[in-house]
Amino acid sequence: MTTVTDSVEMAMSGGGAVPQASEAPPAVATAAGGEAFPPDTVFRVEDLNCYYGSNRAVRDVTMDISEREITAIIGPSGCGKTTVLRCFNRMNDLIEGARATGTLLFRGVDLYDPRVDPVEVRRRVGMVFQKPNPFPKSVFDNVAYGPRIAGSVPKSELPDIVEASLRRAALFEEVKDRLKDSAIGLSGGQQQRLCIARAIATNPDVLLMDEPCSALDPISTAHIEELMHRLKEEYTIVIVTHNMQQAARISDRTAFFTADVDAETNSRYGLLVEFDDTERIFSNPSDERTENYVTGRFG
Amino acid sequence: MRLGRVFDDRTRRAVTSEVYRRSRDVRGGVFRVLLQIALLVALLVLAILLVDTVTDGWSILSGRLGDFLSGGLRSQSGDPELGVFQGIRGSLWIAVFVIVLAFPLGIGAAIYLEEYAPKSRLTSFIDLNIRNLAGVPSVVYGLLGLAIFVRGLEGLTGGQSVTAAGITLAVLVLPIVIITSSEAIRAVPQSLREAGYGAGATKWEVIRTQILPYAAPGILTGTLLSLSRAIGEAAPLILVGAVTGFLGGQSGLVDISQLQERFTALPIIITEWVQESGRDRGFAPAAAAAIVVMLVVVLLLNSAAIFLRNHFEKKR
Repeated sequence: MTTVTDSVEMAMSGGGAVPQASEAPPAVATAAGGEAFPPDTVFRVEDLNCYYGSNRAVRDVTMDISEREITAIIGPSGCGKTTVLRCFNRMNDLIEGARATGTLLFRGVDLYDPRVDPVEVRRRVGMVFQKPNPFPKSVFDNVAYGPRIAGSVPKSELPDIVEASLRRAALFEEVKDRLKDSAIGLSGGQQQRLCIARAIATNPDVLLMDEPCSALDPISTAHIEELMHRLKEEYTIVIVTHNMQQAARISDRTAFFTADVDAETNSRYGLLVEFDDTERIFSNPSDERTENYVTGRFG
Repeated sequence: MRLGRVFDDRTRRAVTSEVYRRSRDVRGGVFRVLLQIALLVALLVLAILLVDTVTDGWSILSGRLGDFLSGGLRSQSGDPELGVFQGIRGSLWIAVFVIVLAFPLGIGAAIYLEEYAPKSRLTSFIDLNIRNLAGVPSVVYGLLGLAIFVRGLEGLTGGQSVTAAGITLAVLVLPIVIITSSEAIRAVPQSLREAGYGAGATKWEVIRTQILPYAAPGILTGTLLSLSRAIGEAAPLILVGAVTGFLGGQSGLVDISQLQERFTALPIIITEWVQESGRDRGFAPAAAAAIVVMLVVVLLLNSAAIFLRNHFEKKR
């Protein structure tokens, strides 16, 4: 039997059968280091450091992200939330001079192994951005984009995939008569749900969301939060948010990051303060800095 | 309830006198007038030029336009076969060379510089030099063409031929094509690139399906303007040996065997006839008529550019 790890590893380095990591039976996979990788853990982060040029922007992050849970990353501006999130699908590769050290395992596979193809990673780890960024194409073409370029499905199945993705993103009823219209004509909240539909059309394992509601009005925000609750049945979700109420409402686990200043180089860097069940973070945090932040007494 | 009860008259008068005060923005008004004058001067110069040229060339344009378009270079202005056909043919061939050589090379270089090249000192050095090249006087390109394409590559171009001229002008506009295409690619929002990569696209797929369609209108506008520039250039053509006197061989517009023969072009004909008009006054209206023909050719190309740009803009 092929383990989850094996199929992910094979697929991401370009060989093997069509991978369906999320459908593979849960098995105790073996991590790169030889130790057991827990099957319900999606990401294992150990002493992760992110650099922009020579500046170490995020230091020594260690956390596990569990399957079919919503993990929220909260913290003040400049604490490296987004930087860490963008490591999970190698999106930081697009920024010149950005690199990461330490361990970042996705289903037991080291994401920063030189053999890993970031394009394959991004097909398994979808992303929704802060500002809705639909392609200037039709609604249909937006959702069909991922499956089309992946070339994994025959053309005749595209309409079904598009419809299913739009339904899962709770958008189908609103746009079913305008699939051929440009996505730019949709409202902000609809555009963001379209971006979610686009991200899940490739059937990813994980959804990364970078402040997905910060550009939306409260009603659209409520739509998206409700949607996330349903998506969690099928996907692992990691969300960066600066809205603490949102983190408290939707997430199972919460990671609190903060920024500190290096005494030697006088440069700011982000660090993980506390990572625990959301309930505990908001009711009974063990670190004083967390408590100050969640109670609004942050300096 | 009457209004007067809520707002007493004195307050209302005071507020009225303040908010009714006519704009004190005198400097703004002056600036606006200056801008309008600038626009007016530009339009006026253009209009005078057009009217003057059309009036000068009217006798030919209205009298024997057909013969003028199909005629050739002659030594007497009274010659009924005097015309600009060879010039149109030369200019169109030059346009073909620019489209075939400068467009793909220039757009390709721009894509490389913007999307692939690492942001290093070398890259910015190259970038700076391309910008400098765009400012080099066209005569210098003529010298380059004479040395390389006429003499150095004589076997390929046939010496002083329309091929050598076309390649020279393609090189002349290449920096402009690169710069305008770079600007258009740089204007593509980063969020669009991220959306593409985030959906699992490779670099090539992001460039092909997102960046190029989005940048296409800008690239087109810039490149086709550079084509107009190439068609209007006379100085480099004189250096690579454009013919000003008699030019034999009355072949068709698309006769490929002509590519290695001597040639002429519309701006050359215009320059030549203006000079000749001192000796033979009949050449003055001929030169004016040739200018009108060249303007029409350039306008046609520009409207093609606008048409294509609108087409691509609708698609994006």
